[in-house]
Amino acid sequence: MNEVKCDCGHVNPFGTKICSKCGMVLGNEKENKLIDMRYEGSARRSQTYKKTIIDKIWNFFSSVKVGVTLIVIALVASAIGTILPQEMYIPSTATPAEHYELEYGWFGKVYYELGFHNLYSSWWYLIIIGMLGISLLIASIDRFFPLYRSLKKQGVTRHDGFMKRQRIYGVTKLDEQDIDLEDVKKRLKKQRYHIREESGNILAEKGRFSRWGPYVNHIGLIIFLIGALLRSVPGMYIDKVLWLREGETKEIPGTNGEYYLQNNGFTLEVYDKENKEDEQYSAAIDKTGTIAKTYQSDVTLYEAQRETIPGEKVDLNKLKDFKIKVNEPLKHDHYALYQVDYKLDELSTMAFNLINKKTEENYGSLKVDLNNPQKKYELNKGYSVDLISYFPDFEFDEKGQPRTISKIPNNPAFIFKMYTPDKPDGEVSFVAIKETVEPLGENTYKMAFNGVETKDVTALTVRKDLTLWILFTGGIIFMVGVVQGSYWNHRRIWIKRKNEEILISGHTNKNWHGIKRDIKHAIESTSLCEPSDQLEEEKSSTKGEVLNG
Amino acid sequence: MAELSSNFLYAAFILYLIATFLFGGSIKDKRGAEEKKQNKWAKLGIMITILGFASQIGYFNTRWIAAGHAPVSNLFEFTTFFGMMLVGAFILIYFLYKLPALGLFALPIALLIIAYASMFPTEISPLIPALQSDWLHIHVTTAAAGQSILAISFIAAIIYLVKSVDQSQSSKRTFWLEIIMYTLVSTIGFVIITSTFAAMDYKANFDWVDKHDELAKQEFNLPALVGPHEGELTDTERFEPLVNMPAIINAKKLNTVIWSMGIGLVLYGLIRLISRKRVAALIKPIVKNVNLNLLDEISYRSVLIGFPIFTLGALIFAMIWAQVAWTRFWGWDPKEVWALVTWLFYAAFLHLRMSKGWQGEKSAWLAVIGFAIMIFNLIFVNLVIAGLHSYA
Repeated sequence: MNEVKCDCGHVNPFGTKICSKCGMVLGNEKENKLIDMRYEGSARRSQTYKKTIIDKIWNFFSSVKVGVTLIVIALVASAIGTILPQEMYIPSTATPAEHYELEYGWFGKVYYELGFHNLYSSWWYLIIIGMLGISLLIASIDRFFPLYRSLKKQGVTRHDGFMKRQRIYGVTKLDEQDIDLEDVKKRLKKQRYHIREESGNILAEKGRFSRWGPYVNHIGLIIFLIGALLRSVPGMYIDKVLWLREGETKEIPGTNGEYYLQNNGFTLEVYDKENKEDEQYSAAIDKTGTIAKTYQSDVTLYEAQRETIPGEKVDLNKLKDFKIKVNEPLKHDHYALYQVDYKLDELSTMAFNLINKKTEENYGSLKVDLNNPQKKYELNKGYSVDLISYFPDFEFDEKGQPRTISKIPNNPAFIFKMYTPDKPDGEVSFVAIKETVEPLGENTYKMAFNGVETKDVTALTVRKDLTLWILFTGGIIFMVGVVQGSYWNHRRIWIKRKNEEILISGHTNKNWHGIKRDIKHAIESTSLCEPSDQLEEEKSSTKGEVLNG
Repeated sequence: MAELSSNFLYAAFILYLIATFLFGGSIKDKRGAEEKKQNKWAKLGIMITILGFASQIGYFNTRWIAAGHAPVSNLFEFTTFFGMMLVGAFILIYFLYKLPALGLFALPIALLIIAYASMFPTEISPLIPALQSDWLHIHVTTAAAGQSILAISFIAAIIYLVKSVDQSQSSKRTFWLEIIMYTLVSTIGFVIITSTFAAMDYKANFDWVDKHDELAKQEFNLPALVGPHEGELTDTERFEPLVNMPAIINAKKLNTVIWSMGIGLVLYGLIRLISRKRVAALIKPIVKNVNLNLLDEISYRSVLIGFPIFTLGALIFAMIWAQVAWTRFWGWDPKEVWALVTWLFYAAFLHLRMSKGWQGEKSAWLAVIGFAIMIFNLIFVNLVIAGLHSYA
C-alpha cells in the first residue's frame, strides 16, 4: 500500500486521516467544521484493510459497537440468571428437574428446560465472555500502536486547518503591538504543562499517559480472564469438603495424603442478651430469635512422614494448632481450610448392659463406637456379645429387610448375638432405638440400652487456588489503568504565531471545563483573546439559548 | 449512645431540608444564576449541607460505637449510609463545578433515600459470623461511595432532561420523564403510608398456606388490599383483603408496593390537577438558567470518578472478602451478579460516550438507567430475590 506524504514532508502510513506531524487534514475530512480527533486520526488497521476474511474478523472484534453489544448481551444474560436461584443454591437433596417446576410452576419448568438454572457455566455464556475477551485484545491492539506512534511523532507547529477545526479555538489580532508569550509559558509550566517550542510556536501538553489508561485496564482484564480460564487446568484448583468429628483425625482430601487434620472440638456460640457485651442487641434478638455469633473448630494440623508404605499406619508430625472461624481460614502451603458447616450432637457411642430379662441382673456393659464398632465384646467371665450386623442409618426396605441409608449414625440399629454360660450357642437380638426384635424366638437375655454419647461434627472446605495471584494481578492492573484513564486528562494547547495573528487552540480527551480553565489562567495577564468553545457556539446559535458556562 | 445517634440523623435530615430551600433561593436569585460566582444563598446552602453531612457523620460514628461494628450491616443502615455518601459526593462535585441547581435536586433525592431507609427496622443488630470482618466496612463503604458518585451522574442527568426535553407536546421523552417523576412521588407515597400506619401501630395477622402446603402466619402492617394464599384474618376489625394471592407471590410485599404506587398516583394526580402541567414541565422553570453542556460534563465526569471507586469497592474488595468468608471470590450470588451488571452497564456507558451522538440527552437517559440498576440492586435484590446478601 502507498504511504501518504503530507505537504509538510512527513510520510504517514496509508489510511492516516490527520498528518501526525503538522496536523493537516488528509483525505475527505476537510469539509467538516470540527475534525474528529479520536485516535489522532491515525491509520488503524481496522479502518484501512477490509478485504480478506482475516481483515473482516479483525474489524469485527476491533469495533467499539461490537464491544458494547457484547457487553450488553453479557449484562442481560447475567441478569436473567438471577431471576430464579441457580442450581448450586437449591437444596442439595432436591432433583433440579422437579424442584424448579414444584417451586416456581410453569415458569420454573421453562427456566430449567432452557438451561438457565446453570446459566453461568453454559457454553453460550462462556462464548460471550470469550468473545468479549477477544474484543478487548483486538480493539486494544488496533488502537494502541497507531495512537502511540502518532502522539510520539506529533509536531509543534500545526497546520491552520487543524487549529481552526479544534473545538477550542481563538484568534488574537496583533495590531502592531506584540504580545510576549513568555508569561503564558511560565503560567502553563506552573500548571504542570510540558512545553515544546518551534520557531515561536508552542505546544503545551500534559497528562498524555492518561491516554494509555484504557489499554492498561484492558490488559488487566485479559489477565483476569486468563486466570479464570486456568482454573480448569488440573492441579491449579481444588475444592473439597472435609467432615470431621470431634476427636477424629483424617487425611485432608486433595492433598495426596500429605496433610492430616484433627478436630479438637467445635463451638457454636449465639448472641445472648443476658450477656453484658451483647445487651445492645436485645431488641434484634427478641425479633429474630437466635442469632449465631461464632462457628469455631479447634484443630491440629499434621504433616505425614514421607515415604510410608501404603497400608501402613502413617506417622504424623504436628505442624500447628489453629482455631478456624468464618472469616479466619487456616492457611498452609497453598491450601486453605474454611469453616463452612457443622452438625451438633451427632451420636457417637451407644452403651448397653447385658441383662437377664426376668431377674434384670446385669452381666456386664459394653459401649459401641458408632463410627468404628468392634466385632466382639467380652463381658463378665463367661459372657460375651458378637455384633453380627450394624446399620448406622437404619430403615426397613420394601421387603421388610433392615438396611442402612448412609454411613452416618443418625439412627443406629444392631444385630447382637449374646453368649452366656446357659446359652452357649448364643441368642440373637435385633436392637434399634426404642425397638427390640427377637427374630429367632424368645430370648432369656437382652441388651438393655444404657445411654449415648454425642459429638459435634464440623465441615471444612479445603481449597487450593493457584490462579488467585493471577486474578489479583489482573485486578490491580485493571485498577491502575482505569484510574490512570479516568483521573487524568490528556490536554494540549497549541499557540501559533502567524503574521499579525496569534492562534490558540486546545484539545482534551475529556473534561473540557478543565482545559478552558487552564487556558484562561494562562492568558489572564496578557491581552490574548480567550478562545471559545466552537461546539457551544454552534449549539447556542442553532437553539438561540443564552449560555452562561 | 443509640439515642444520641438517632438525634444526629434527625438533625442531618432537617439540615438537608433547609439546605434544599436555600439552593432553591439561590436559583431564584438572578445574580447567582447568571454570573459564575456563587451568590449568598448558594454559599449558605452549601454550608448548611456540610453541617448536615457532619451531623450525619456524627450519627454514623455514635452508632458504630453503640453497635460495636460499622453501621452498614442491614438495609436501614446501608441505605442511610448511601444517602450520606450521596450528600458527600454532591459536596465533592459542587466544589468542582459550583452549580447550585445540583443541590436543589441532589438533596431531595438524598432526603428521599434516608426517609425510605427509616421505614425498615432500625434496631442495632448483631453481626452473623460471615459479616465479622474488617472487610465489612472496607467493602461496603467503598462500594457505597462509588455508587453515590455514580448517582450524581443521575442527578445531573435529571436536570439535563428536565431542561432539554421539549414540554410543548407529549412524546416518548416526556412520558419517560414523567415515569421518573412518578417513581420519585411513589417513594414519598411509601414513606407517608408506612409511617402513618406505623404510628397507628396497625397490625393484621393472617393464617395462610404457603407454597409447600404448610400453615404459616404473617403480620401485615398496612391494611391488606391483597391477602396471602388462602389467608384467614385472625384479628377483628381489620380490613378484609379484596383478593388473595397464589402461594408463590409474597402478598405482604406486593401489598406494600400497591399501597405506595396508589398513594403515589393520588399525589401525582393532585399535582397534575392543580398545576395543569406535567411535573417535569412544572419544575422546568427552575433549571432554565443552567448550562446543558456543563450538566452533560458533570454527568460524564461523575461516572469517570465513580466507576473506578465502584469497581474497587463492589467488585475487587468484594471478591477479596468473599474469598476469605465464603471460600470463593465469586459465587454468582444475585447481589454479586447485579454488581457485575452495574459495572458492565457503566463500562458500556463509557464506551458509548466515545462514539458520536451518545453525548448530551442520550447519555443522560443512560445515566438514569444506570441509577435504576443500582436502586434495583439495593431494593429488589435484597427484598425479593433471596441470596447471601439478604438483610431484610
